[in-house]
Amino acid sequence: MIDFLKRFSRNRGALIGALILITVVLLAVFAPLIYPDSPWKMVQRPFLPPFSTEGLPLGTDTLGRDVAAGLVYGARVSLIVGLVSTLVALLIGVPLGAFAGFYGGLIDDGAMRFTEFFQTIPNFALAIVLVAILEPTLPTITLAIAIVSWPPVARLVRAEVLSLRKREFVEAARLAGLSNTRILFGHVLPNAMSPIIVMASLMVATAILLESSLSFLGLGDPNIMSWGYMIGAARTVIRSAWWLSFIPGVAILLTVLALNLIGEGLNDALNPRLARKGR
Amino acid sequence: MKNLFTASLLSLGLAFPAMAQDAGGRLDIVVQPEPPSLMLGLVQNGPTQLVAGDIYESLLRYDTDLNPQPSLAKSWEISDDGMTYTFNLHEGVTWHDGEPFTSEDVVFSVDTFLRETHARLRVSLQHVDTITAPDDHTVVFKMKNPFGPFIGVFEAGTMPMVPKHIYEGTDFANNPANNTPIGTGPFKFKEWQKGSYIHLVKNEDYYLDGQPYLDEVYYRVIPDAASRAVAFENGEVDVLPGGSVENWDVKRLTEMDNVCSTGKGWEYFAPHAMAWMNNREGPTANKNFRKAVMYAMDREFVRDVIWNGFGKVATSPVSSKTNFYTDDTIMYDQDVEKAKELLAEAGYDGEPVRILPLPYGETWQRWAEAMKQNLKEVGINSEVVATDVAGWNQKQAEWDFDIAFTYLYQYGDPALGVARSYLSSNIAKGSPWNNVAGYANEEVDAMFAEAAVAPTTEARQEIYTEIQKQLVDDVPVAWLLEIEFPTIYRCDVQDLVTTAIGVNDGLRDAWIKQ
Repeated sequence: MIDFLKRFSRNRGALIGALILITVVLLAVFAPLIYPDSPWKMVQRPFLPPFSTEGLPLGTDTLGRDVAAGLVYGARVSLIVGLVSTLVALLIGVPLGAFAGFYGGLIDDGAMRFTEFFQTIPNFALAIVLVAILEPTLPTITLAIAIVSWPPVARLVRAEVLSLRKREFVEAARLAGLSNTRILFGHVLPNAMSPIIVMASLMVATAILLESSLSFLGLGDPNIMSWGYMIGAARTVIRSAWWLSFIPGVAILLTVLALNLIGEGLNDALNPRLARKGR
Repeated sequence: MKNLFTASLLSLGLAFPAMAQDAGGRLDIVVQPEPPSLMLGLVQNGPTQLVAGDIYESLLRYDTDLNPQPSLAKSWEISDDGMTYTFNLHEGVTWHDGEPFTSEDVVFSVDTFLRETHARLRVSLQHVDTITAPDDHTVVFKMKNPFGPFIGVFEAGTMPMVPKHIYEGTDFANNPANNTPIGTGPFKFKEWQKGSYIHLVKNEDYYLDGQPYLDEVYYRVIPDAASRAVAFENGEVDVLPGGSVENWDVKRLTEMDNVCSTGKGWEYFAPHAMAWMNNREGPTANKNFRKAVMYAMDREFVRDVIWNGFGKVATSPVSSKTNFYTDDTIMYDQDVEKAKELLAEAGYDGEPVRILPLPYGETWQRWAEAMKQNLKEVGINSEVVATDVAGWNQKQAEWDFDIAFTYLYQYGDPALGVARSYLSSNIAKGSPWNNVAGYANEEVDAMFAEAAVAPTTEARQEIYTEIQKQLVDDVPVAWLLEIEFPTIYRCDVQDLVTTAIGVNDGLRDAWIKQ
């Protein structure tokens, strides 16, 4: 663990990413303490620019709602959607890929054709269709994102398991009389963990982007203040109040960038032998 | 546009020296969306009325106070018992193909053509016994019973005159002449480039001397709202009729140099924004709860912020622009304390109500959000339902809502545009345009029936005042705003909006200051 932290912190980008992410997480967790009022509350004149009014550091939006409050509450939505949908995607993708890779044969064929079926449909189009059919609420949006993002996980896990299952330690475990399931979940999968963790961190970033794009198109949950909603609602006034789309846009950019930096840092830290030369 | 300069100078010399109007020039007007047809007798949706209102005319026009004005009829008389309407037509009026326009055309248009094709007019024609043409320039309508609103139906979109010599004995809907509309109006149809523009030119033989003043008009089809705003900004179009740009752009456009705007020209339609409240079930079935909703809303904020100050807070089922409005009713100004008291009386237990916004763009979405916040402040829990146009229609038609936004036209008279939303006989699943709230009150039903056929204006006013008092106390729906869709235009365009239907028939009198 100490080793891992040492290696991780050697990557300056990853450190910055972690710092940004921790800030966002803290803001999201303590949102109700920082802004006890609802982010939908109309607090002042609409269209106040940032830094012009005391107590409203980022100004107000088209209806006079506090942009800073919206940003903080939006962080909660983005993080929750990102994390939960990634977890759900892992829950589908990891077992499917693991069984396919470990057992091979017909099971592998069946699982991979099923995965390919999902991979042939463009992600975003499928997400839009799912949300439109299910009616946009927070759970359906999370589910839709999970459904479009699990296939790469299954592919990755299958490839890892395929290469691991012929290793000596697996043969040894088999000789020791362990059952297939125990070998797979107790010995093979733990060894495939590092690429899965790296991929998951990037998937959270993608999920946040997907959620924002959906709300931007008006397919968000209309009762939840999210960053995508803020940009979508401000789009019509972009000529007169550009900052209303710019501020949440920067929030998305920073969060997604942070997650990507962390992902890269994790990659380096978890695969020391693959780490870039010269380090 | 510039090469017409000499021509307009010439015609200036020929026009009446006493009149100040400059003749000549071309006007570019946005039409959104592209109309499906220009045959006003068959199609009466908004964009068709906008363009075809220059081609077709009716017997009367209405000023912005809804007083009848001469159009094809130069004068008219209503008998004291309200049973006979006599119209004297202008002489020397011709159709665009040169045939003379006579009273026979009126009888054919109303009694044969429109009775078959025009559902809204047909309802009013039920009160008409006979339509006759004693001579070429006189038309007489004999009624079965007095019907006060009847003087309000002689508007171009409600009763357009169509040429008998073209349509008599044909299949109206499939007549090839529908593609080249022939009317009596100030402008003739010239060309329609689908997806691009509709070109109308001056009717040189128009029966009013010197009119119309403009030489030609282009109705431009620009599908994207932002592009329409840009087209106006860079001078490509001169007029943005109401509703053709997003509300948020209105402020920016009206602040430009040499740009004027007016909220007038919608008095005949008087779009009345309201929210159906489900009178059948849920918290909204309780009258005190509905009153609490009225007291909770800050409608002035909505008018000022979301509608840029255009419009007027609606205080009654009848628009203040429509005849027979009264302000002698309960006024629901925002009052949080009162709303809370009423909620306590209603025994509201915090059950969330569903708000169904109108899926017509950002304006309405913001409006639903503002309402949700207003309700929250008095302690009503609510959630906004996400929907599209089809879903909105279906949810209203199936009564699957608690509070649902809508707006309805009033057509100048409570009997034509108001009664339909409150009559218990008009409760039927399957349409979002009838008594969707499910309000049923026999007294009100009887009063509406009586008011429609009461012989005098005074008698009607008395009954409609009673109806409004009763309805405002029962709050079957939440009245929100008398919407004004601002018409935005260059200030050198003069007399553009002078009637109750605005740009629709405004080009007869419009002129450009040279």
